[in-house]
Amino acid sequence: MPTFELTPMMMREIIMDHYSSPRHKGIPNGEGYEKLHASSTNCIDDFDLYLLVENGKVKDAKWEGVACTISSASTDIMCDRVIGNDYKTALYVIQQYLNMIEEKEYDDSVLDEALVFMNTGKQAARIHCATMGWTSMREMLEKDEKEGK
Amino acid sequence: MLDPKEIRKDFPMFRNNIQMQGKPLVFLDNSSTTFKPDCVLEAVSRYYQYETSNSHRGDYDLCYNADQKILNVRKQIATFLNAKSENEIVFTSGATSSLNLVAYGYGGRFLKEGDEILIDEGEHASNVLPWFVVAKQTGATIKYIPLDKEGKVTIENLKKSLNSHTKIVSLAHVTNVLGFVLPAKEVAKVVHEAGAIFCLDGAQSVPHMKIDVQDLDCDFLCFSGHKMCGPTGIGVMYGKFDLLKEMDPYLVGGGMNDKFNSCGLFTYLLPPARFEAGTINIEGIYGLGAAISYLEKIGMENINAHEKELKRYAIEKLKETDNAIIYNENSESGIVTFNIKDVFAQDAATFLNSKGIACRSGQHCAKILNEFLGTPATVRASFYIYTTKEDIDALADAVKHGKDFLDAYF
Repeated sequence: MPTFELTPMMMREIIMDHYSSPRHKGIPNGEGYEKLHASSTNCIDDFDLYLLVENGKVKDAKWEGVACTISSASTDIMCDRVIGNDYKTALYVIQQYLNMIEEKEYDDSVLDEALVFMNTGKQAARIHCATMGWTSMREMLEKDEKEGK
Repeated sequence: MLDPKEIRKDFPMFRNNIQMQGKPLVFLDNSSTTFKPDCVLEAVSRYYQYETSNSHRGDYDLCYNADQKILNVRKQIATFLNAKSENEIVFTSGATSSLNLVAYGYGGRFLKEGDEILIDEGEHASNVLPWFVVAKQTGATIKYIPLDKEGKVTIENLKKSLNSHTKIVSLAHVTNVLGFVLPAKEVAKVVHEAGAIFCLDGAQSVPHMKIDVQDLDCDFLCFSGHKMCGPTGIGVMYGKFDLLKEMDPYLVGGGMNDKFNSCGLFTYLLPPARFEAGTINIEGIYGLGAAISYLEKIGMENINAHEKELKRYAIEKLKETDNAIIYNENSESGIVTFNIKDVFAQDAATFLNSKGIACRSGQHCAKILNEFLGTPATVRASFYIYTTKEDIDALADAVKHGKDFLDAYF
């Protein structure tokens, strides 16, 4: 369970905060980053996702591009949730998030701020926005894990 | 003037009290598609319940009757557009298919290396990509008429863009994002004086205004049925018969060939059959015929006046909110393109959805135009015969409270 009670007001504030002051937005300067392009046919969302893996752990994650509020904030929070984790943990967190969005059973103890998207299913047209950063990250992590990076 | 509240009685989508997000539906996405009145649904259903048979494929009465019905709708559309003959009316699956047919069938046949195709940056993907492909295949190049500061194509800029290499000019009669009406008659005159062919994309004009192809003197006119109360999957390519005769089909098969043999020799039928390979959308043709009768009963002039009135009203109401950025205040069609201040277009559309209001957001298939507008995306509200001032009031009220856009999720 989260360590705090999320009120709709707090959820709004967290989304707007990550949208207007994203922590992980920008093209990385360092070397060794992998890049994956993510875009949507039903929304304007169009961004690149960057991943830096070292010794089987996510050292850094970033994104850069144009996206709606839900897509921007969810991708930025996703970066928070995967940085510092090994493949197994990062992929587990991502799966719990996707389960939440799809209104299935999920482990809320690992999602922290990502819980603010629990109501995305109410606006079905935005589900893809709320998940494209996460599914793209999963794609990169799964590929890296398979390749033994 | 028409009465949208009376008109709504003819539409099951209104009678059935459709709701969105638990709110009564406010449908302001008529540039995307339109609702269907009973008479259209009945015409489609009649074909399946009483008149099913394939056209041109049998020697029995049912088939003859279907052929006659198709011919009658072809004649009806020729009259509706004031074409010289029903043989200038080609049935397609919609405006996209019609524009592809002009591009491949005419452009693909006649364009050569060094020729120029003239379009502009406000065009819909369907009037851009077929030309990109045909240009690549033939060695022709694409040129853009510069838009004026409002986003319009002007005669002055058209004249500057034409030269002896220009072979085809293809433009929207009403642009799908900004809704500006092209002075098509003047354009046709200038294009013809330059020795080029003029293709008019009528997807956003034919449903909303009186069209006279002989008066306009366009060489081709393309439009869809579903944007004018007709079924999806049916549309029209009008072309001057002398041009159609010289064109290649881009689909070949049954119903369009004259003869063929094992040596690979074949000849095509004359237009319009040449361009209608395979079994065409017969139910769609029945439905489109009914839709045109329905619109003509209301009167195209009345429809146009109603939409212009709604546009003026919407501009006034949106301005009153002091919370909207409007991109096309001066265009004279039922399209308002805007953003809510400090709210990303897609977020605005989601917020409107949460209020039961259907608007389109994004780039509206005109992906080059946003470079011009200086915004990655916009919201578009578009009106039709059944749109009421109350619909616009609902929109304005939502726009006024746009800063609460995340309420959509809570």
